[in-house]
Amino acid sequence: MDFFIQLLVNGLSVGFLYGLAAMGFVMIFKSSSVLNFAHGELMALGAFIFLVLIGRAELPVYLAFPLALAACFVLGFVVERLFLRPLIGEPLIYVIMLTVGLASIFKGAMLLVWGGNLYTFPEFLPAGLTIRWGSVYIPPVYVVSIAIGLVFLMLFGLFFKYSSQGIYMRSVADNQPAALSLGVHVRKVFALSWAIAALVAGMSGIVLGTINGINVHDLSSIGLKVFPVVILGGLDSIGGAVIGGIIIGLLETFTGGYLSTSLRDVIPYIVLVFILMVKPYGLFGLVEIERV
Amino acid sequence: MRNLRFHPCGNFNDRYGQELTIFETDFGRASLIVGLVILFAVVPYISGPYFLYILNTVAITAIAAIGLNILIGFTGQLSLGHGAFFGVGAYAAAILATDAGFPFLLAVPCAGVITALVGVLFGLPSGRLKGLYLTIATLAGQFIIEYLLIHWEGLTRGTMGIVLPEVSLFGVGLGDDRSFFYIAYLCLIAMTLFAVNLMRTRYGRAFVAIRDNDRAAEGMGIPIFPYKLLSFGISSFYAGVAGALWAYYMVSITTEPFNLGLSVEFIAMVIIGGLGSIAGAIYGALFITGLNEGLRWLTDILMSTDMLSAIGLSMAPLRELAFGSAIVLFILLEPRGLAEVWRIIRSNFRLWPFSY
Repeated sequence: MDFFIQLLVNGLSVGFLYGLAAMGFVMIFKSSSVLNFAHGELMALGAFIFLVLIGRAELPVYLAFPLALAACFVLGFVVERLFLRPLIGEPLIYVIMLTVGLASIFKGAMLLVWGGNLYTFPEFLPAGLTIRWGSVYIPPVYVVSIAIGLVFLMLFGLFFKYSSQGIYMRSVADNQPAALSLGVHVRKVFALSWAIAALVAGMSGIVLGTINGINVHDLSSIGLKVFPVVILGGLDSIGGAVIGGIIIGLLETFTGGYLSTSLRDVIPYIVLVFILMVKPYGLFGLVEIERV
Repeated sequence: MRNLRFHPCGNFNDRYGQELTIFETDFGRASLIVGLVILFAVVPYISGPYFLYILNTVAITAIAAIGLNILIGFTGQLSLGHGAFFGVGAYAAAILATDAGFPFLLAVPCAGVITALVGVLFGLPSGRLKGLYLTIATLAGQFIIEYLLIHWEGLTRGTMGIVLPEVSLFGVGLGDDRSFFYIAYLCLIAMTLFAVNLMRTRYGRAFVAIRDNDRAAEGMGIPIFPYKLLSFGISSFYAGVAGALWAYYMVSITTEPFNLGLSVEFIAMVIIGGLGSIAGAIYGALFITGLNEGLRWLTDILMSTDMLSAIGLSMAPLRELAFGSAIVLFILLEPRGLAEVWRIIRSNFRLWPFSY
């Protein structure tokens, strides 16, 4: 029973992180319907920027964390300006293949600079944050990550609901020509959504890096695990991304705990194929009905 | 005998048949025939074993790239599992050749058919949906197939790998590079002919209609779901045949090469060569194989100089970087690929000195 509860807690925390990672992905899909295959690489870049700031430059955490996030934000802007902007109006498939190419570039560049080794952040979290509850033990990293995740989720909810930029984004996602004709600056919306997505990706990369250590291959494979998560939650639902992430995380930890560790990494994809067969628009996705 | 056709100075087609013609001019037909004669009669005898190895690799990857181009370039669906399907073909051929004792001539097409069936199995759930769900399903296929290749040890012998028998046709052993050159290029020509002619049939035109506007295609009475699946099946068949040839050529295969990186490599071939161009897929295969060998050569040189080997430059990141840059640059600067570059060069010659 203890084993079960520990797995449950682990699964919940891991799944929450997947949800967090998926949020940035959904952001881009919502505003431009692009599947971003470079998401994992953006996560890894965020983690490495934080590593440089906290390890090499030895900045304190309260300075390094916002700086790293700001760097990711700028990076998202730059990526959009250099690579995505010229493709506005081109068929979507070009944009998606472009993100596949970008993923390779980022991955190659990071491997050149940092190699394929596993890095860890220096210890920066106070040990007092550990939660012990009977036999259940939650390490401080998870506590902090869940707190950060909840804060971001709330901020996003408020952003999309009340801020004018958030409303512009929703309008572009809903109907691009209509938004254009009502005077929404669509290019600015794209730029902003890439910047925010890169910020969220960087943040989840930092959190994941704190838990598992930073490794280019691991983080980019988590970037691909976002796909089962968002298909389960619904491709265009931010809340669905979190819930999908939690379900996938639970599934993974239970498979790893009870069945076999090698099946662990594949089970999300098996679920993905199954969902596509049964409920293709996910739990909370918008069902598009089109009749000819 | 009718008059020879040369390049006209504009588009003067007055029959639909002229739009469908493969060779616009008799000069094109003649130069292709001469090129093929040189390819088969001269090239294998003047090139060394290393160069033959490169040429054979180009032929095999070109077959797979043509298959992927039918899917991406003509039907507008992106597959991220082509590398895994290539692996399915390789393993199917290896298992058929060793356990079932199939001869070469039977094992290769059977491997293609098996791969097509596996492909359709993964395409089935996504074909119902609009948009790029096939991309996501093939990503799942990539990981599931990779897992099965490694862990279904009863069938694939896991990480041990399989050793194939020598290629033989009608009892004659054809294992060396030069004999394989003929096999690979005959296959490539057959597959290219099939693809070129497929695009002239109603099936090929239906694929293009689905790519250009799926609503209009459905409105004109093209059932989208079966056609998407058919396109995906054909594409997987090409991957399977290429994988089978590769398995025979490599003699022993392991699970390692058939990863997501290989899938990205195939996508790079299609983009660099030119989306929606059969010849482009061959250019792309040539380019990527050349790039691979060039990078290997470059890292060898870098490794031999003491100063740089201390940094520990290895091939993997350089390859990733080069492929990624090639994909991104071609999409941004010349989205129609090398095929378009070649067309521009040709028409510059043709229209010189009045190229405007």
